[in-house]
Amino acid sequence: MSTVECPTTPSRGTSLEGVNILELSWVIAGPVTGKYMADNGATVIRIESAARPDLLRLSEPYKEGKRGINSSAMFAFYGANKLSVALNMKHPRALEVIHKLVKWADVVTENFAPGKINEFGLGYDSLKKIKPDIIMLQLSIQGQTGPHSGHPGYGVAAAGLAGITGLCGWPDRIPSTPVAGYTDLILPRFAAVMMLAALDYRRRTGKGQCIDATQFEATQQFLMPAILDYTVNGNILVRQGNASPSMAPHNAYRCMGEDRWCAISVSTEEEWKALCHTMGQDDLASRQGFSTLPERKQNEEELDGVINNWTAGQIAEDVTAKLQRAGVPAGVVQNAQDLLEDPQLKRVFWPLEHNELGTVHHLGQSFVMSDPGGEACTPAPFIGEHTEHVCHEILGMSDEEFIDLFVSGVFE
Amino acid sequence: MLEEKKGPSLLQNYRVLDVTDEKGLLCGKILADLGADVIKIERPGGDGCRRFGPFFKGDIHPEKSLFWFGLNLNKRGITLDLNKEDGRVLFRRLVGSADFLIESFSPGHLDELGLGRDDLSRINPGLIMVSITPFGQTGARKDWKMSDIVGMATGGFMALVGDDDKPPVRVSLDQAYYHACSEGAVAALVALYGRHRNGKGQHIDVSIEASIVTTTISAVPFWETGGTILKRCGSYRVGLRGRSKRVPQQWPCKDGFVSYAIWGGVAGARTNQALMEWMEKEGMCTELLRNMDWAAFDLSKADDKLMVQIEEGVGKFFLSHSKEELYLGAIKRRIQLYPIYTIEDIVKDSHLKARGFWKRVKHEELETEITYPGAFAKSSEVELGIARRAPLIGEHNKEIYQGELGLSGRELQTLRQGGVI
Repeated sequence: MSTVECPTTPSRGTSLEGVNILELSWVIAGPVTGKYMADNGATVIRIESAARPDLLRLSEPYKEGKRGINSSAMFAFYGANKLSVALNMKHPRALEVIHKLVKWADVVTENFAPGKINEFGLGYDSLKKIKPDIIMLQLSIQGQTGPHSGHPGYGVAAAGLAGITGLCGWPDRIPSTPVAGYTDLILPRFAAVMMLAALDYRRRTGKGQCIDATQFEATQQFLMPAILDYTVNGNILVRQGNASPSMAPHNAYRCMGEDRWCAISVSTEEEWKALCHTMGQDDLASRQGFSTLPERKQNEEELDGVINNWTAGQIAEDVTAKLQRAGVPAGVVQNAQDLLEDPQLKRVFWPLEHNELGTVHHLGQSFVMSDPGGEACTPAPFIGEHTEHVCHEILGMSDEEFIDLFVSGVFE
Repeated sequence: MLEEKKGPSLLQNYRVLDVTDEKGLLCGKILADLGADVIKIERPGGDGCRRFGPFFKGDIHPEKSLFWFGLNLNKRGITLDLNKEDGRVLFRRLVGSADFLIESFSPGHLDELGLGRDDLSRINPGLIMVSITPFGQTGARKDWKMSDIVGMATGGFMALVGDDDKPPVRVSLDQAYYHACSEGAVAALVALYGRHRNGKGQHIDVSIEASIVTTTISAVPFWETGGTILKRCGSYRVGLRGRSKRVPQQWPCKDGFVSYAIWGGVAGARTNQALMEWMEKEGMCTELLRNMDWAAFDLSKADDKLMVQIEEGVGKFFLSHSKEELYLGAIKRRIQLYPIYTIEDIVKDSHLKARGFWKRVKHEELETEITYPGAFAKSSEVELGIARRAPLIGEHNKEIYQGELGLSGRELQTLRQGGVI
């Protein structure tokens, strides 16, 4: 288990202080979008209910395998810096509370199956009546309009529709699963960009808006060259293991130990010579069949064999360090333990003390801003952890009002 | 229902200087799609990224790179040599009126040119500078070299993807830089919001390696809570700790593949039941599947024997249909199945067409129109369209240097002769 210690308590950015987000979102795409905001200072209130818990709260792993609504480490990983209000959306008084929250919010996010939010009476038109300049962000696989709009699903299958899965794996095999919700993680960047741009637009014009952001469409930004190669040239890119049209060698090579690999890529003659030199095989660089890229592409299997012979007896970290010193792009195929121990990745793991899980690493940010930061990061919330706080401090309810609602059972 | 309307753009009046290479091009493109005025600065003679394929009709030519076309849409383009002092003088003038600078040089390179964060914020304290580098601006490995496969390896994606009897794999199309670029765009706009509050710009240090970690989903939690290292498992699903590791996700069908998860409980009962009913109607439901109680089915308790039987029964049905039949049938029955689309399938998809996703853009020089993927999102206020194709080499030199910086034609001529622009 991890022994990595972060020297300082991570802190949230301050740039978005004062921005209020109401998160009617669950699983990954919606909440990760909110995470960008929360991590940078916005107040994000997520609405959830034990009556129909967020599937992420029901997702493995749990500490010591013990299932519990507050003990999914998977939920914690993506859950830092947010407030949780428990609210049963099917309760007759739920809308009363939601309306108050909408009045407070600058942005409302939702990622239920398209159409569902309207059934709750919380479509854009309804929200606008409560708050005319509200920004509503709707995330889904295929959008709020179009013939397949309402088709439900999760990112792990949507990655197939969006074109990623078909590009993973070997040409003679069934495509490989791109971990899980790969496109679930692409969409939040574009959704967050839209939300931030909409906030700027509102500042300039006074107008809110409704945004329809989809995994299918956002992912096409990650496939641009392949799409154009088809629309212009009619070429259809297919999965090809690790092969690259413009580099050889270009693969993951087996190293010493169980399932240890080093990725190596060579794009220039200089890198090719440096690789051969590092392997102690200077003559290989100019040997017929390997001296030019087209030749290396043609004899790639043999070439990979030569490199595998060299890497097999070495530790992946050593191979990487030697090649990097020689100027050849190389990197360990890092597993979770490697990631946590990688000194370059400190920024992306926040050790936060979670009441159920103890100190666990929550996902941080891939970027560091010169903003010195403000409040300390907080761990993923327990379900309903902030219900009372939000009602009193944010919505300004009196004790009487809160107790009346509490007794009605709406906060479940 | 969203209606598309013409109007002011979301990021109107903001100016972005883009001095990135392939590692950073998408970041500026995202801001350009939102309506910012993005100026791509290339070295005289043309950017190095123009040599990346694929190429228009396979013709390897700096003005025909489809890679360039796609990642520089909506940008204007000028040439400028930052290695010459006259070039740096011009660059500082451009910085004076810019809101954002996006760069992807090696850490410290711009400092050496006297164009580092400190130098530039003296000229323009509100400047938001986004630096996209392989491993970040600091740390012992900050100068290590990167490529897509190295990024996908070190960022943790590859260890979880591919068949277990073969090496771990990346996506067969570069992805790593796009992850970092889209993160950089988020950070840039976070900083913009902050700037309205205090007038100050920021320096944003994006790490490509770090931007990929988010794709590892439950790998880190599994390691931390129980010391389990998740392994890649081909077309099956990774990240389950049940008795069986054979939980299929990708399936062959008659003409390709589909993606369908066997879930239990709330998540899977309805969709599995609907699939069984469909199979039954076509006389293809096995006895075992017919008698499954999907609401009670617990994936964590299912053993290999049961999972193989489920896989065989369902797999046979999928093999008897095309991916389109399966997809349309699934939509009708609300079964959570999706096709595994090829690039061609995506372009031909009726849903994207109905949403008006594809945009045709004129390339007069090539006497053609090219179909591009359209907006990454829809807005009820503005249409995120494609206002212009990617710039030709130095296409907007005159417009920007003369028209906006106020240089004379003669000065421009001198700069051109000196190889500055």
